[in-house]
Amino acid sequence: MTAPPATPRLRATAVGKRFPGVVALDGVSLTLAPGEVLAVVGENGAGKSTLMKIIAGVYQPDAGTVELDGQPVQFPGPREATAAGVVLIHQELNLAENLTVTDNLFLGREPTGGGGLRVLNRRAMADRAAGLLARVGLPADRLRKRVELLPPGEKQLVEIARALGTAVRVLIMDEPTSSLTQKETERLYTVIDALRADGVSVLYISHRLAEVTRCADRVTVLRDGKNAGELAKGEITHDNMVRLMVGRDMKQFYPKDKRSGVGGAPVLTLAGVRYRGGPDVPASLEVRAGEILGMAGLVGAGRTELSEAVFGVRPLTAGELRLDGKHLRVRGPADAIAAGLLLVPEDRRLHGLVTEAAVGFNLSLPNLDRLGSLLGVRRRAEAELHRTWIDRLRVKTPSAAQPAGLLSGGNQQKVVYGKWLARGPRVLILDEPTRGVDVGAKAEIYALVDELAGRGVAVWMITSDMEELLGMSDRVVVMHEGRVAGELPRARLTEEAVMHLATGGTAT
Amino acid sequence: MTRILGVVGLLVVLYAALYESNPAATSTRSLTSLANIQGRYGVVTLGAALVIITGGIDLSVGSVVGCSTVLFGVLMTDYGIPPLPAAGLVLLFGATVGLVNGLLVTKLKLQPFLVTLCGMFIFRGAARMIGSVVGAQSVTEAHPEFAPSLDAMTLYLVGKDEKGALVFPAMFALLLGLAAVVGFFLHRTAYGRYWYAIGYNEQAARYAGVNVDRHRAAVYVICSTLAALGGILLFLDINTHQADTAGAGLELYAILGAVLGGCSLRGGEGTAVGMVLGAMVLPVIEKLVNFRGEKSTVIPVVIGTTLLIGTIVDELIRRRSRLNR
Ligand SMILES: Nc1ncnc2c1ncn2[C@@H]1O[C@H](COP(=O)(O)OP(=O)(O)OP(=O)(O)O)[C@@H](O)[C@H]1O
Ligand SMILES: [Mg+2]
Repeated sequence: MTAPPATPRLRATAVGKRFPGVVALDGVSLTLAPGEVLAVVGENGAGKSTLMKIIAGVYQPDAGTVELDGQPVQFPGPREATAAGVVLIHQELNLAENLTVTDNLFLGREPTGGGGLRVLNRRAMADRAAGLLARVGLPADRLRKRVELLPPGEKQLVEIARALGTAVRVLIMDEPTSSLTQKETERLYTVIDALRADGVSVLYISHRLAEVTRCADRVTVLRDGKNAGELAKGEITHDNMVRLMVGRDMKQFYPKDKRSGVGGAPVLTLAGVRYRGGPDVPASLEVRAGEILGMAGLVGAGRTELSEAVFGVRPLTAGELRLDGKHLRVRGPADAIAAGLLLVPEDRRLHGLVTEAAVGFNLSLPNLDRLGSLLGVRRRAEAELHRTWIDRLRVKTPSAAQPAGLLSGGNQQKVVYGKWLARGPRVLILDEPTRGVDVGAKAEIYALVDELAGRGVAVWMITSDMEELLGMSDRVVVMHEGRVAGELPRARLTEEAVMHLATGGTAT
Repeated sequence: MTRILGVVGLLVVLYAALYESNPAATSTRSLTSLANIQGRYGVVTLGAALVIITGGIDLSVGSVVGCSTVLFGVLMTDYGIPPLPAAGLVLLFGATVGLVNGLLVTKLKLQPFLVTLCGMFIFRGAARMIGSVVGAQSVTEAHPEFAPSLDAMTLYLVGKDEKGALVFPAMFALLLGLAAVVGFFLHRTAYGRYWYAIGYNEQAARYAGVNVDRHRAAVYVICSTLAALGGILLFLDINTHQADTAGAGLELYAILGAVLGGCSLRGGEGTAVGMVLGAMVLPVIEKLVNFRGEKSTVIPVVIGTTLLIGTIVDELIRRRSRLNR
């Protein structure tokens, strides 16, 4: 333990917060020195996001105090917090999707002239915007693009650029890298290093412990809404963090108990597939029974798009899909699902869940055909399904009736799994399968995927998390600019080989 | 639940005001005839509410009602089609309108507001083109042989005998029956789940394998078919109709009824019970204004104001209950 400096930049003392049916925070404290990068880690639902929202004025605490430079503060809203230099970048992105990147960078604090008329000073906006984008490593041609057209990773970088545009003194990043690729993550480290050098304090939440080891000066661990411990720079190791987070040691992080690792017959085959809005080059690959096929690539490599085309979201324009060697016609997700081809989408709030509706509603939604006929849902069978999957995946929710959007990020992800596992997949397409999922749950998900593969399910796992890719894949396909750049068998699977192909290098 | 409490409270206040303004207004006879009118509004409201639950809107309802009324009369008077087949044709007309709306909204991805706004003009115009004044009397004058079946239809659907006296509130009974069906679909079947899911988050519903386009289109078909039924009821209920005015403004009544009954215009919310209760409000207000001897020109102002107050109270109640949850 390091002794906190005399007046910390930020000090939270015994903060408490309860929601209906949930105690999110139960007397949590933390301190943050000027120019310090403090990582906050903990399992899903431990209260990390809630604590950050209290610090940034999104929520009001039920108990406890927050001090900024020794002065007690209680921001009535994020606006006031930002004005005081405390900026929160949310776990779930908060951009105005229909506006351009530039507009978003200055939303709410546009440089204006003309007094009360508030005429936009376009030139000043464009100049400053270009500088901000350069700092996060985004090309300047993004400035005029509407945010909805950007891939998730770039949206995240825009959010960070927006925060950099304010007079920020405490920057809070809630899982900033969950949708970033390796390269973008590296870029973020440089941004963080520059901020630290400028004396900006950073609160950093992540479930990717390797990142924490790389960039944090100190780590504080939350468990069940309480402080579980703190680690000084020298003590930050994967195992130490895990022990504090889950309260026990964890072995065998990437299990390979149930599957052989050698794929059987091809289950899903993509033969020269092209899709509307996709690249000109056709894509071909196969996913075999009982194997985990990892798919790597930089953001924008077209991995998500390809999987969506297979799932029926994007219409195919050429080529063929085959299931067990037989032609498969997919006109929409309903066809894919009927064939046992299931997708855990990348953006769970947009595509994975009806966030306003209950957890149970979401678990039932794709399974209603099995819960009695279309006329009349069997209530008892439905309740049974809810209980089974909430228990088996250990979803932390007060009840099945809780709106899914109120769960913590990782628990939302588990609900998405639940709705598909309840169906029983033949081919499971996982797009960023553990985005925002804590170590404990990650291990559970990996074990689950291993078990599914062991039962002969063909798993196609798209991931930007290098550790996960190397740890779980039996075979890896790398995409570059919309085409399949190469394939790596387990034996030749290294980070360098993957990056080489992902950045346009030729296959060897 | 709390949403329903709000509209129940509003109804209690309105009925109390009705009694207070003139006890005769709350005689059994008067209330039954009011209930019958509520039934007629309600039938149309159910359809509009389903569209709203899926996140859409149908502004063509009033014109479709008017056009159906005129069409029903013209088919019988001018084309000599007997009442029962004529009614069938009118319902078919409604279903077709709904299908076209649905396809435009889903396949061409046009905005529902725009598509149905155009429909609102088109079907009002169409009503004027096919006839100007219609009524049961002109039907029986042209085809006396239609009288028995027209009378039977009037009795069973509208609850009025051949002299036009109300025997029982058949339209309210019809509303309850239809609401029970709608409620069953909404709350007990997979269809209802799909409609709510589409209203909340169309994308997520699609990714869960829901055939979003088909369900959306289906809801428009239901809505316009119920509007056509509303047109038939209107024809049977009242003696003569002008093509210009029959059912005019009903789309707004239906939308307001749905919203008062707890449907959110953002989609994804609403209950069958709420729809019935919401649809009951406006006729009471109209009656209240009439009984107070006010000029009928004040009706729109009174309706608008009451609804605004109702909505505000409703929102306040919901806020409180959210805090205390
Ligand atoms: N607005 C809310 N209403 C009700 N419950 C909430 C709300 N926000 C959070 N919770 C609950 O409070 C608990 C803590 O949630 P929080 O989002 O802070 O967790 P977290 O540590 O950020 O988890 P994750 O790693 O999954 O993002 C969870 O059980 C969550 O379901
Ligand atoms: Mg969180």
